[in-house]
Amino acid sequence: MTLYPPLQFYLYLMNTYSPILSGIKRFFIEIGELSYFARRFFKEVLKPPLEFKELLRQCYHMGNRSLFLVLVTGFIIGLVLTLQSRPTLIEFGAVSWMPNMVGISIVRELGPVITALVCAGRIASGIGAELGSMRVTEQIDAMEVSGTNPFKYLVVTRILATTLMLPILVLLGDAIALYGSALVENIKGHVSFKLYFNQVFDALEYGDLIPATIKSFFFGFAIGLVGCFKGYYSKKGTAGVGVAANTAVVFTSMLLFVIDFIAVFITDIFYDL
Amino acid sequence: MIHIKDLYKSFGNNHVLNGFNLRLYEGENLVVMGKSGSGKSVMIKCLVGLIQPDKGFISVMGKEIKTLDRETLDVLRSDIGFLFQGSALYDSMTVRENLEFPLRRHKRKMGGNTDPEPLVVEALQNVGLADAIDLMPEELSGGMKRRVALARTLILKPKIILYDEPTSGLDPITAKEIIELMRSIQKKYGTSSLIITHDVDCARVISERMVLLVDGINYVEGTFEELNRSTDPKVEAFFKK
Ligand SMILES: Nc1ncnc2c1ncn2[C@@H]1O[C@H](COP(=O)(O)OP(=O)(O)OP(=O)(O)O)[C@@H](O)[C@H]1O
Ligand SMILES: [Mg+2]
Repeated sequence: MTLYPPLQFYLYLMNTYSPILSGIKRFFIEIGELSYFARRFFKEVLKPPLEFKELLRQCYHMGNRSLFLVLVTGFIIGLVLTLQSRPTLIEFGAVSWMPNMVGISIVRELGPVITALVCAGRIASGIGAELGSMRVTEQIDAMEVSGTNPFKYLVVTRILATTLMLPILVLLGDAIALYGSALVENIKGHVSFKLYFNQVFDALEYGDLIPATIKSFFFGFAIGLVGCFKGYYSKKGTAGVGVAANTAVVFTSMLLFVIDFIAVFITDIFYDL
Repeated sequence: MIHIKDLYKSFGNNHVLNGFNLRLYEGENLVVMGKSGSGKSVMIKCLVGLIQPDKGFISVMGKEIKTLDRETLDVLRSDIGFLFQGSALYDSMTVRENLEFPLRRHKRKMGGNTDPEPLVVEALQNVGLADAIDLMPEELSGGMKRRVALARTLILKPKIILYDEPTSGLDPITAKEIIELMRSIQKKYGTSSLIITHDVDCARVISERMVLLVDGINYVEGTFEELNRSTDPKVEAFFKK
């Protein structure tokens, strides 16, 4: 039996690409469910009580868990970026522009994205595993029957904590990355720290810092949201906890790039990059 | 105290409850028995509104669960103690914080006290674990966890206690201790209890009336003796040694 050729072609396409297509479909379904979850967050965040103590505790945990990692990666990024772009800049006789280039690329893009990715690995997976195991061992149910709204107590506090903490971590990451870069210039190019940082701050404008900070808020929100979403609706069984932690990282990372893309797009409109 | 009529619940194609009926009277110890996976946990979770049933009527202390808003439901829940199958202690908190947790939202249950400490100590003394107050849940054995969970349930002085397999996963001696505890609590506070179990010994000691949950319905009801004498193969299966 021969099929009508276009149909045959269609079937061929479907067979070859259907795993990809179903992957894309799943991604959009997840996005849909996630927006539902986000809507619930916005509804509950305004309702009293605020659970302020728990919020502070979560902020402390977030910072505590990821600060060291953020500092190390930030430092290395600054170091490597400077080392690797030196030869090219020297070739063009533009090595004195190093602080401008590094400063802008770190503050605008590398700092927020890399800090967010590090936190996705550290925080989103942590939240996913923590809430997942609470779900599996019925602790979330226990909370519910004891009169505490688990969504407010567990989810809202965590999302707020990541949203507030990420911009702070990004600033710290930026600072240490610039320090790493300055260190290279100081050793290899004999540029004083003072001169280096003066030049960096000359090069930076509010148009670099403000969009990056706003973007970081969204990154933080995405990290908390996905981590909580995956953990809160974790499947039964201990395997479910692993899956929750794992998919939280993957999904957050994807979402971060989508947000970044949109953010650059919008910044372009306002600031004419 | 509790009235369940024609309760239906299915998960996809898995029809767990198919018209389950149950009544719990004041001051009574009612045991519900059923095979693993027969939907016992699903049934008591419907009772406290953790799971929405597909169909059916549930009323607890004269209030129909599905008509309640969050606030009234929370107030009602503070009168219902729920002992979870796996104890469900909050593992990031100490025993003390675990016990204080239910008091956060139910200040009126503290009887005008502002300091939860005496209540926590009293609840722990009731279960014989006053020394464990500053331990973390991971430092407790399974039996101790169950007792702390029981103390956490008791701290709000509930009028009804729902026990989901209070003795599962415990050795016979510890299981007996837990059963004794349940009886002494019942005597002390005059609570009504709904006990889910598949432990025949537990049922023998504690039950005043029993319900067998088979195929999603209340298959038979009666006292332990009556059911023990039954010649119905499905009933006998539970009591065979
Ligand atoms: N959230 C859920 N989603 C899908 N299926 C579920 C869910 N909860 C329970 N079930 C199914 O409902 C059935 C009854 O589960 P339940 O936990 O009530 O059993 P049980 O009688 O308490 O058993 P056990 O004695 O082992 O605790 C099982 O087949 C289970 O797979
Ligand atoms: Mg069960």
